[in-house]
Amino acid sequence: MNIHEYQAKQLFAKYDVPTPKGIMVESVKDAVIAAQELGGPIWVVKAQIHAGGRGLGGGVKLAKTLDEVEELANEILGMTLVTHQTGPEGKLVQKLYIEDGADIQSEYYLSVVLDRKLEMPLIMASTEGGMNIEDVAENTPEKIITVPVDPTIGFQGFHGRELAFGLELTDKAEQANIITFAHKLYTLYMDNDAEMIEINPLVKTGKGEFIALDGKMGFDNSALGRHPDIAAMRDLTEEDPDEVEAAKYGLSYVALDGEIGCMVNGAGLAMGTMDTINYMGGTPANFLDVGGSANAETVAKGFEIILKNPNVKAIFVNIFGGIVRCDRIANGIIEATKITDVNVPVVVRLDGTNAPEAAEILKNANIANLIVGDDLGDGAAKAVAAAAKA
Amino acid sequence: MSILVNKDTKVIVQGFTGKEGTFHAGQCIDYGTNIVGGVTPNKGGQEHLGKPVFNTVADAVKNTGATVSMIFVPPAFVGDAVMEAAEAGIELAVIITEGAPVKDMQAAKAYATKHNMKTIGPNCPGIITAEECKIGIMPGMIFKKGNVGLISKSGTLTYEGANQVCNEGYGITTAVGIGGDPIIGLSYNQILPMFEADPDTEAIVMIGEIGGDLEIQAAKLIKEQITKPVVAFIAGQTAPKGKTMGHAGAIVSGSAGTAKEKMEALEAAGVKVVVSPAEIGKAVKEILSK
Repeated sequence: MNIHEYQAKQLFAKYDVPTPKGIMVESVKDAVIAAQELGGPIWVVKAQIHAGGRGLGGGVKLAKTLDEVEELANEILGMTLVTHQTGPEGKLVQKLYIEDGADIQSEYYLSVVLDRKLEMPLIMASTEGGMNIEDVAENTPEKIITVPVDPTIGFQGFHGRELAFGLELTDKAEQANIITFAHKLYTLYMDNDAEMIEINPLVKTGKGEFIALDGKMGFDNSALGRHPDIAAMRDLTEEDPDEVEAAKYGLSYVALDGEIGCMVNGAGLAMGTMDTINYMGGTPANFLDVGGSANAETVAKGFEIILKNPNVKAIFVNIFGGIVRCDRIANGIIEATKITDVNVPVVVRLDGTNAPEAAEILKNANIANLIVGDDLGDGAAKAVAAAAKA
Repeated sequence: MSILVNKDTKVIVQGFTGKEGTFHAGQCIDYGTNIVGGVTPNKGGQEHLGKPVFNTVADAVKNTGATVSMIFVPPAFVGDAVMEAAEAGIELAVIITEGAPVKDMQAAKAYATKHNMKTIGPNCPGIITAEECKIGIMPGMIFKKGNVGLISKSGTLTYEGANQVCNEGYGITTAVGIGGDPIIGLSYNQILPMFEADPDTEAIVMIGEIGGDLEIQAAKLIKEQITKPVVAFIAGQTAPKGKTMGHAGAIVSGSAGTAKEKMEALEAAGVKVVVSPAEIGKAVKEILSK
C-alpha cells in the first residue's frame, strides 16, 4: 500500500525526520489560507498523487506571492497529471500540499528498500539528488551507495559512516547530521513494516542540515493489520476501482488491454494462462486469481468484473482443482451463469480432483455459449478461436 | 530415493487443532505421511486426529523425535512459530500460511539459518515425495511416483506441471513448492543440487515467475553444477510492469525481474525453456524418451 507525500511527511515528523512545514488542502481557498498560515516568503504548490515524476509533469510549482499560490492551486487542482509512472491516462489531482520553500545548497537521494537477495533492508544514497534514480543506476552506477542493514543488529555507527563518506561529506557536523537522519529513517522503516521509503531530493541547507523535500512510502500489505494508523491512510481514489471491488471478494484482479477474460485459481497458473493465450495468438484482457476456494459466489463476481470490460470477446475459465473438487466448481459456474448475464462464449477447463464428473455436469447443463476445454492448451486454443470469431 | 522427506520422516504440525491445520493434517495422514503429533498452546495433553497435542514445539520434539514441522498458524504468528521450531531443533519447517509480514520472515529466516534449520515457504503448497510423504496442501493423487523432480514458486502450476508429467507416463520423485513471497526459505539453488544428487531423479522441472532474481541465480548454478536435463517455465511474460500479480513477490520493478530476462538466462544455461505451461509435459517426454 502506498501513501501520499503529505502523509509520509506526517510520519517523518513523528520520527523527528526534518521536513519543510506544509499543509494539505483540497480547495483553492484553503490553499491560500494555508500559505498565509505558513507565512512565506516563498511556497511550493504540490500535487498529491501516488506517482513519481510530478515535477516534470507540471504538478509541482514555486509561488512567490499569495496571488501566485492561488493561481497555481487553481491550475494544478483538478488537472489530470501525466508522469512516467501514471501511464498515458494520468491521474486526477484532488489534493494539494502547500509547503514552505527551502534553502537548498545541494540535493541528494536517499531511500530504504527491501533487498530481496540479501533479505534485509538496504539504504541507498546518491549525490545525484533530484534525478530519476533508475537513470542514475543505469548510467552512473558508481554514484549510488548501498548500505545493507542486518535487522538482527540494527543501524550501527559504521552504517552511518559508510553513508556519510560515500556522499563525500567532509564536514563533521554534516556527517553527524546525515547519520542521525538515516538512523531515524531506518527506525521509521522498521517500526512501521514499510516496504519502501524514498526521499528525492533530500536537500542540504546552507547551515549543513538535511531536510526531506519529498517523501514517498509504501508498506507491506501483510503487516497492515498491526498498524491501524497506517491502514487508515489508504486512499482508495488512487487505486483501480475494479481491483478494489475484486479484493472485497478475495479475488486478485489486474486489468490488461486484450480481448480474452481469464478466471483462474492460483497466481502462477493465472499468469501462465495469460502467457498461453498470448502464445496461441490471442490477447489476455485481465489477470484474475479466484484463490484456493472458488465457489458460485466468487465465480459469479469474477464474471461480473471481467464483463465490465467492453473489450472482452470470450472468457477462459481455467481451474486446476486440488483440494477443491471440480464438480463443485462446475456447479458454481452453472449457478454463476444464472446470477450474471454472460453474453460472450465461455471456455471452461477443469482439471484435477473429480474432473470427469465436472465435465459431465457441464455437458448436461446445456448452457449456450459454454465450451469445454480438455486441458490448458486446448482450452486456451478454443478461447482464442472463440474471440477471433466474435 | 527422493529429497528432503520420505515415508520415515517424522512430522509435527504447528497450528494442529485450527481449521486449516486439522483439515490438511488429516489429508496428510490419509496420504501416509508419518504425522507424529502437533502443537497448540494450552491444548497439550489432548489428542487430535489420533495424535498427541503438545503445548510447545520443544515438548513435541522431545516426546516424538520429530524432525520436520508443518506450520499452519495465522500470518501474524508465523515468525514466532518458525523461530520456536528452530530453537527446538527441528531440521525442516514447511510454512504453508499465506500473508506473513516480510519483516517477521527476515528475522525468522536469519534465526533458522543460525540454528541450521531449513525452511520451505511461506505461502507455498509444501513438499511431497510421491506415494510416500505429503507435507502440505497439494492434491496427493496427481503425484505418481517417477523420475522427475519439480520445483515451483506457484501452487497450481506445481499441480499443472506434475499432472502433465504423469499424463505423459512419467512420474515425480519429489515436488517442492517454494512459495511466491519476497523472502522465502529453500530456493532453486539449494534444491537443484539435491535433485542432482538424488539417484532416482533423471530430469528436473523448474517453474518460476516474474519478480526478484532467484531464477537468474539458478541459471548460473545450472550452468556450473547441474548435469541432469532441466525444463523451465517462467510465468508472467504478459504481466504489466509495476503491478503485483497475486503473489506478493511477483512484481516487475523498473526493468528488473522480467520473464524475458529469466527465460534468456535459463536458455543460455542449456535449459529447455517452454513458452507456455501447456508444453511442460511434452518437453519432459522429449527429453526422457531420447
